[in-house]
Amino acid sequence: MRRLEAVGMLGNCLLVGIGGFAGAIGRYAVTRWLGQKGSGRVPRGTLFVNLTGSFLLGWLVGSGAGHEAQLLIGTGFMGAYTTFSTFHYESLQFGLQRAWAPLVMYLGISASLGILLAYAGFWLGGTGAG
Amino acid sequence: MIYFIIGGAGAAGALLRYAIGLLLPWEPDRFPAATLTANVIGCFLLAGLLTYLLDHPSVHPYWKSGLGTGFIGSFTTFSTFSVETVRMAQTHHAGMAAVYVLVSIWAGLGAAGLGHVAAKRGRGDRVLS
Repeated sequence: MRRLEAVGMLGNCLLVGIGGFAGAIGRYAVTRWLGQKGSGRVPRGTLFVNLTGSFLLGWLVGSGAGHEAQLLIGTGFMGAYTTFSTFHYESLQFGLQRAWAPLVMYLGISASLGILLAYAGFWLGGTGAG
Repeated sequence: MIYFIIGGAGAAGALLRYAIGLLLPWEPDRFPAATLTANVIGCFLLAGLLTYLLDHPSVHPYWKSGLGTGFIGSFTTFSTFSVETVRMAQTHHAGMAAVYVLVSIWAGLGAAGLGHVAAKRGRGDRVLS
């Protein structure tokens, strides 16, 4: 029994690791493609990954995906594809530049749209599953 | 090469976040302590790292990509933050959801500011220069 648990744990870690590997590369590719930031402007690369990731994770959870899918796609991929630290590093840069309007706009847009899209994804996922 | 560095470091970051989640399990009627912990620590570390690297341009850019974009970027998460907020609101814990959003944003900003200051102090420079 203990051995089975150990094997299960190893499998779980493998799923999270593989998802995290792909998610981090996906975020890197998307932010390079969209550009990381322009001075005084909202960093659209980070915003894009965080909003799309929130929607897709909402969908995954809403559709009642199984344990393995939640670990691989949810905890692993979407967790790594989206980022909180870069979002706040960029916000800090606005603060250090005394760019208060972009700071408030970036924080507000990210949080409100992220939560809204997570809700939309959750709702759509639930509808699709019947 | 850069993709493997970011991917490998990203896998490590995601696994560390998963481990914190196992230590602090979450249900929609509870405060998401695990995600908040990973996000706030990650904000401190990333701001500290990137501030340090700006002052040390000779450090190989792989460190920024690996540790910053890969490891810390994947250790923290925005999608889980959004979905946890929705789940709490849906299960009649809207107040806790609102507190979670505000605490995450302000503690994250505070931690990023502290990381920035710590990296500047460590070098003996003027803070916020």
